[in-house]
Amino acid sequence: MIWSEKETLSRKEMEAIQLERLKETVYRVYDKVAPYRKKMDEAGVKPEDIKSLSDLSKLPFVTKQDLRDNYPFGLFAVPKDELLRIHASSGTTGKPTVVGYTKGDMDVWTECVSRIACAGGAKSTDVAQICFGYGMFTGALGLHYGLENIGTTIVPSSTGNSEKQLMYMKDFGTTLLVATPSYALRLAEVAREIGIDPKTDLNVKIGLVGSELLTDAMRDEMHKYWGEDMLITSNYGMSELMGPGVSGECEYLNGMHINEDFFIPEIIDPETEEVLPAGEWGELVITCIKKEALPLIRYRTRDITRLMYEPCECGRTTCRMANLSGRSDDMLKIRGVNVFPGQIEEVVLSVEGLGPHYEIVVERDGYTDKLTVRVELAKATDSFKELEKIEATVRNKLRVVLGLDAKIKLESPNTLARFEGKAKRIRDLRKGN
Amino acid sequence: MTVKQLSVFIENRRGRLGEVLHVLKEKDVSILSMSLADTSEFGLLRLITNDADKGCEVLNSLGFSGTVTNVFIIKLPHVAGALQNILEIISANDIDIEYAYGMSVEANDATIVVKTSQIEKAEKVLADNGIGTMSPEELKAL
Repeated sequence: MIWSEKETLSRKEMEAIQLERLKETVYRVYDKVAPYRKKMDEAGVKPEDIKSLSDLSKLPFVTKQDLRDNYPFGLFAVPKDELLRIHASSGTTGKPTVVGYTKGDMDVWTECVSRIACAGGAKSTDVAQICFGYGMFTGALGLHYGLENIGTTIVPSSTGNSEKQLMYMKDFGTTLLVATPSYALRLAEVAREIGIDPKTDLNVKIGLVGSELLTDAMRDEMHKYWGEDMLITSNYGMSELMGPGVSGECEYLNGMHINEDFFIPEIIDPETEEVLPAGEWGELVITCIKKEALPLIRYRTRDITRLMYEPCECGRTTCRMANLSGRSDDMLKIRGVNVFPGQIEEVVLSVEGLGPHYEIVVERDGYTDKLTVRVELAKATDSFKELEKIEATVRNKLRVVLGLDAKIKLESPNTLARFEGKAKRIRDLRKGN
Repeated sequence: MTVKQLSVFIENRRGRLGEVLHVLKEKDVSILSMSLADTSEFGLLRLITNDADKGCEVLNSLGFSGTVTNVFIIKLPHVAGALQNILEIISANDIDIEYAYGMSVEANDATIVVKTSQIEKAEKVLADNGIGTMSPEELKAL
């Protein structure tokens, strides 16, 4: 089901809405947000210079560092009294990034999430279990209000205690799972340990996964345990922009439909900062055009993707973004080669006999970088030949994909760390060298 | 006749072998013979025990990667050339041995554990040539 008629506008109608909202946003931000006014003045651009959508590229970027520098409310465009909610990112290094919502922002957020949830197959009859951490993180509450708005029954089970999660799923008849892909796989693993087969003992038919990369291989792995008929879609967002609801996949799995009447996407070259033509891979830059509290202009997401404007079979006309192929920050430079962890993940998940968990270790050996990929055996064997074949297959596939030689380390099942939130799968031991 | 062998994947990490042996001891699984083959990164520990199924189950429940395989335990007289005679018969019948290791039973008797994927054929060749193998019952009685 398509939630809103705004998802099926013609390009011309959509661009008219975008231009009007962009102009309004730029005037308001210039007027109310001193740090951004300063940036615009430095760039020599005034609000009245924005006459068409292509003028967007004249505007300066906003980065996460800008949010940190103006901690906590420096980039807000409304007085604090008008805020209805505050969220913050985890902020593993230094201060967290703080975001705020007015009543209008909350309504837009709910609308956006309802749209992507519908695209992912959610219906009013679903029982939706939300296994995202409730709290300062935007994921859980974002999905919560969007799904509630559709009329689904919400089970706000949050994260942790996997056995209890599975009990709720079974006893409450959960049909829709909200989780990170790695947690969805972890749940399936725990289920098997306690004698529950998700395919036959549970009734979960829809997976809305986010807050972490979902590769095709990972989706296949999820299907294997949760059932081939489960509709698993990934959705995208980040707290700086709003939270979940920026974009989401439909049943055709052709990329994530962007709620373009609220967010204008651009793709830039992360090094030169130049805007790239549609279809090219690069860093996603988003301009919020209907945000009241924190209307970020040209926010550099650091996420690597590409944009597709071709019409989708589902009937939506909105621009789609490809599933992320990594973060420009997470990009590892190993022996001069750009490596995205997603590429390694894809390989690990494609090899028979291995589990979905892995760890990437990068070390320096003299002057050379050394890449080791630790993987877990999924099936016990008595044959060296079989073990060596697994090792060689991973090594060869990595060589093809990355153009790098890696050392493969086979481990017993359950050796590598499991994550219930965002997975930390990279150990870069070169740092500080 | 074949018997069950317990094989366990072991990373080359200090103390890992000890962990496996500790688990088996706790469950009263006693080891009658073992072979440990390794590469620089990992090894396969192969054990003849009094209860391969129990050992495998408990190891896997603790996150080890164990499996049970059928192997022959061929009885040998303690005389020079006994092993060679048997191996000649096996190879003359085109049976491939994947691996083998010794297992001593009594002072005057020896056995060798042999793994082949051609189990049915091997059963027949061994029987036709009057070569004795240990039955699961005999193994249990040890």
